[in-house]
Amino acid sequence: MTRLNLTLLILLALAVPLSLLAGQVWIDPFHPALPNATTILMQLRLPRAVLALAVGGGLGAAGAAMQGYLRNPLADPGLFGIAPCAALGAVLSFWTGFAASAFTLPLFALLGAGSAMALLGLIAGRDGGVATFTLAGMMLASLAGALMSLAISLSPTPFALSEIVTWLMGALADRSWRDVWIAVPGALLGIALLRASGRGLDALLLGEPVARSLGIDPRRLQWLLIAGVGLTVGSGVAVAGIIGFVGLVVPHLVRPLTDRRPSQLIIPSALAGALLLLCADVVCRLIPLAGGELRLGIALSLIGAPFFLMLLLRMRRGLSDDGGWA
Amino acid sequence: MILSAGNLGLSGRLNGISCSLSSGRITAICGPNGAGKSSLLACLAGLLEQEVGEVSLDGRSLASMRPNERAQAIGYLPQVPQVAWDVSVETLVALGRVPWPGSGSAEVESALAAMDLAALRHRPMSRLSGGERARVLLARVLAGEPQWLLADEPLASLDLAHAQAIMARFRAEADRGRGVIVVLHDLAAAMNHADRVIVLENGAIVADGPPELALAEKVVARVWQIKANWLGEPGAKALAIAN
Repeated sequence: MTRLNLTLLILLALAVPLSLLAGQVWIDPFHPALPNATTILMQLRLPRAVLALAVGGGLGAAGAAMQGYLRNPLADPGLFGIAPCAALGAVLSFWTGFAASAFTLPLFALLGAGSAMALLGLIAGRDGGVATFTLAGMMLASLAGALMSLAISLSPTPFALSEIVTWLMGALADRSWRDVWIAVPGALLGIALLRASGRGLDALLLGEPVARSLGIDPRRLQWLLIAGVGLTVGSGVAVAGIIGFVGLVVPHLVRPLTDRRPSQLIIPSALAGALLLLCADVVCRLIPLAGGELRLGIALSLIGAPFFLMLLLRMRRGLSDDGGWA
Repeated sequence: MILSAGNLGLSGRLNGISCSLSSGRITAICGPNGAGKSSLLACLAGLLEQEVGEVSLDGRSLASMRPNERAQAIGYLPQVPQVAWDVSVETLVALGRVPWPGSGSAEVESALAAMDLAALRHRPMSRLSGGERARVLLARVLAGEPQWLLADEPLASLDLAHAQAIMARFRAEADRGRGVIVVLHDLAAAMNHADRVIVLENGAIVADGPPELALAEKVVARVWQIKANWLGEPGAKALAIAN
């Protein structure tokens, strides 16, 4: 295990217990517990913390793999169209009224993600070229975005409209162990598949012809990425809605601490993504806001957008140390 | 070992090319722009699928080989590739070991030493000169210890000293029994360093043989449409272009 991974694991081991204590109701472990402390911990905060780890870890790993595959520091998991298609699935479950059933919303979102994965495979999986694959993903993202807007504009009731808009903002509030069982297997399997793609992503460092000359099968690499990004992002969107910027920001924060090979970035990005989402979720819980708490997706976008701008400015000045000179 | 192409055809680029190349020699592929040199090299490396014909390595079709097996046998150095992330020299050279999972630090050290890069091993790629960069990229191929070295314009944008050093390394590798196939625009480099020259024009071979014959003045006049004379001694010839 590298020193970076060990450090991140130690930080996570410290952050998880602290996150369980923090919230609108603080739990003091050294004094007699609240009568309902066990319920708060086991039924509200622990599943929420586990979800933050799974969703953040998946998004971080997917972002690192996407940037490695597209050889572009501005890539994020949404580019393949899987997240927008998963969100479209969830929106359709609200639109049709099926979201009222506990399992239907994540099921619809997973179906959306699965459809995107299948379509990507059909459209782009034959020639193995990065450009065709990326264009196919962008087309899917654009189509899913348009269909979501259409569904919102044709929303059958104001209640459904409000539900859709709120859900799209992304959050981990009021999630249960049921959501954990949906998110965790997808995230773990997805991260394992993305880690398996590391050798191919490293070979892409010098471009597609060199990667092929090094024995990398571009179609196998694409399938690993489709499945890895699909499972991590699809399961994340299914339980938490759209949470942006983690996949973009985290690999940038971690990359200078590695040797910059994509393969060495995937696991640290998963750990750092988990840590970032866990901390951001605690901040959301602690900020007092009329009518509830700050939505996680909004909080991360508020952090991520200035970071993105800073990155663009650094690249424009030619000072990027993140490989922006490719 | 023999790398051979049989009747290769690729629409608009290659037109029935057949050749048989031996290891232990430097073979230069020359020709004017658009003659099909890079396409032929990519087909020989198994990276471009020809529409007609076959490339085989010791009688085995490249298309039937597993990608990893092919990569272990054939190393490919493209024209000045872009490096996506600003990795260190050592990390980039170690990429040559991708076809050999679970092995490689000795081969990486040997490649670094062969290209005189030990002192630069921790330097980021963005802080190298053009000549240093060319040495690193060749070291990456050497680290894979392939039986065949295929290089596309390895001397492009290099000064004379670096070009000489790269060609000397190719000679050393050929003397170790490797097959070296190089696409060259510099006809003098082909004349002075190659054992065999294949001249392409419009996707077809128009001359093939020892450099003195394949790059004879009448061939240069016909293919490149210039009147030129070879000056100097064998091994140190220069092409003087007449007005």
